[in-house]
Amino acid sequence: MSEKKTTGVTPAENAAPAAAARPSCLRGTGVTKVFGFGETRTVAVDHVDFDFHEGEIISIVGESGSGKTTISKMLLGLISVTEGQIDFQGKPRDISTHRKKNEYWKGIQAIFQDPFSSFNMFNKIDSVLLDCINMRGGKNLPKEEKIRLMTEACSFVNLKFAELTNKYPFELSGGQMQRLMIARIFLLKPKILLADEPTSMIDACSRATILDMLLKLRDEINMTIIFITHDIGLAYYISDSVYIMEHGKFVEAGGADEVILTPKAEYTKRLISDVPKIYEEWDLTTV
Amino acid sequence: MGKIMLEVKDLKTKYVTRFHEDVYAVDGVSLTIEEGKSLGIAGESGCGKSTLALSLMGYYFAPLHYMSGDIIIDGTNISGMKPDDVRHKILGNEIAYIPQAAMNALNPTQKIIRFIEDVIHAHDPKATKKDIYDLAKQRFEVLGLPPEVLQKHAVELSGGMKQRTVIAISTILSPKVLIADEPSSALDVTSQKMVIKMMRELMEKGFIRSMIFITHELPLLYNVTDDIMVMYAGQIVERGTAREMVFDPIHPYSKGLMGSIIVPEAGTRDQKLTAIPGTPPNLKRPPAGCRFADRCKYATAECKGATVAMKDFDNGRSYRCRYSVEHLREVYADE
Repeated sequence: MSEKKTTGVTPAENAAPAAAARPSCLRGTGVTKVFGFGETRTVAVDHVDFDFHEGEIISIVGESGSGKTTISKMLLGLISVTEGQIDFQGKPRDISTHRKKNEYWKGIQAIFQDPFSSFNMFNKIDSVLLDCINMRGGKNLPKEEKIRLMTEACSFVNLKFAELTNKYPFELSGGQMQRLMIARIFLLKPKILLADEPTSMIDACSRATILDMLLKLRDEINMTIIFITHDIGLAYYISDSVYIMEHGKFVEAGGADEVILTPKAEYTKRLISDVPKIYEEWDLTTV
Repeated sequence: MGKIMLEVKDLKTKYVTRFHEDVYAVDGVSLTIEEGKSLGIAGESGCGKSTLALSLMGYYFAPLHYMSGDIIIDGTNISGMKPDDVRHKILGNEIAYIPQAAMNALNPTQKIIRFIEDVIHAHDPKATKKDIYDLAKQRFEVLGLPPEVLQKHAVELSGGMKQRTVIAISTILSPKVLIADEPSSALDVTSQKMVIKMMRELMEKGFIRSMIFITHELPLLYNVTDDIMVMYAGQIVERGTAREMVFDPIHPYSKGLMGSIIVPEAGTRDQKLTAIPGTPPNLKRPPAGCRFADRCKYATAECKGATVAMKDFDNGRSYRCRYSVEHLREVYADE
């Protein structure tokens, strides 16, 4: 354990090939979500268009209340879309029945901000992982094979499966729980992973470990990762393309270097100037 | 060298659990802060940052217990004082504290001015309401907060505003030391910047004479404080100026911590993030030798043997490692 882990490759070296070269994974046209009606009518997401490609890491950045979480819930199919269409792997998404929804969730999975509330506290860790194997159609596998798969998933995230059996999720620390969440994703191997602020409740050094694992996972199973975050530094570090969101609209979108280093929208400029920096002076007068 | 505002000598405090086990959360911390200076404390979750903050202000309510050491605020030794005495004589006056979720500290049924009256009455029962209002109004204006806030309830304010109001209330008596424990972790970047700007103003206008800032966000610490101290498993492992600590860390743990910095600036995408494997030691049974030895990639059997003392080098920097500065710098250069 004494060896310090570093990311195998930096995101810059590892940047995904040109977007056009890869098939589209998730595409939205005019996606809108309206809550309430009459006087309380609120447009949370306002006619947004997006196109996420296979194997790409995308960040959606915005302040609190900009509609980030609403859009992630629509992508997951947890809430209905008021207007517009979402295409999944080139075909219009169909989640009208429960069976179809289950099928869709095999292709898209999520990690949430709060690892403490992401697990069913009555289920032991082995049953959490076993559920994932069953969902991938491994219900009739022999017991040894299931244990081998679970051990493999745990060792992928630097956890020891032997120590975890017969434990409940709340016996782990926050960082360990978030890693267990990634072990689930490793077993499920979805096409798309939606990560809603996965590192904002974790301290800076465990954050590096989590990001490292997500990058490794992307390489392993060519997964699309959608990062929802308010940390623009993190978005810049990890993603291939960045979408900046303000009041339910994308005000700027493009490659990470292009958006963060040469921002065009006023909102993006303000967001970037508000983040503490190391190599340049942090201007405190502009508040 | 300025006047010393806060001096801590070999402070040791512990938690006693329900099963009567001792957890040594702060284990031999010594530090000094001069007038007009700020000190940042960095470290992972569970390394004792917040316990140190509580211990410094003499907040010894069970399960936290004082063991030994001195805390001297501007010449007065407060160690060993009863918590109730501390509350009347020290808190607010000499030392003020802003907790992590300060915005939830306001009673929703009372107006902001009532909190200020409470603070002032605890130290000066004879103060009149009018005097208090004038003082509060003047202070709020100087800090750029609208005085109308005084007549509002907490629910009418936004998160960032609440946090700034709490800071203004806790520093109303111009304390000598302000301890801020992650004051901006729960805020978005714009509100965070306003909070930081206000803390800078407090310092410049002399309402607080020195500051301790606790956070795990290193880019923030670099911009706010003069000095940075890194804590690990209840001990200080390195101390230096902010610039030195970020660009030239010596201790292997600080080195790992600085490797986890992410900022949105050109060139940062080409750097590799370093993660430190393993978990911090259990403080019920702290390891005998160097506490970082289990996770350190330069550690040898000798590291686990004997305890390591803080060593001074350059001017004013110190670190806790068996290896010499030159050796560590060479090792880092080779990587």
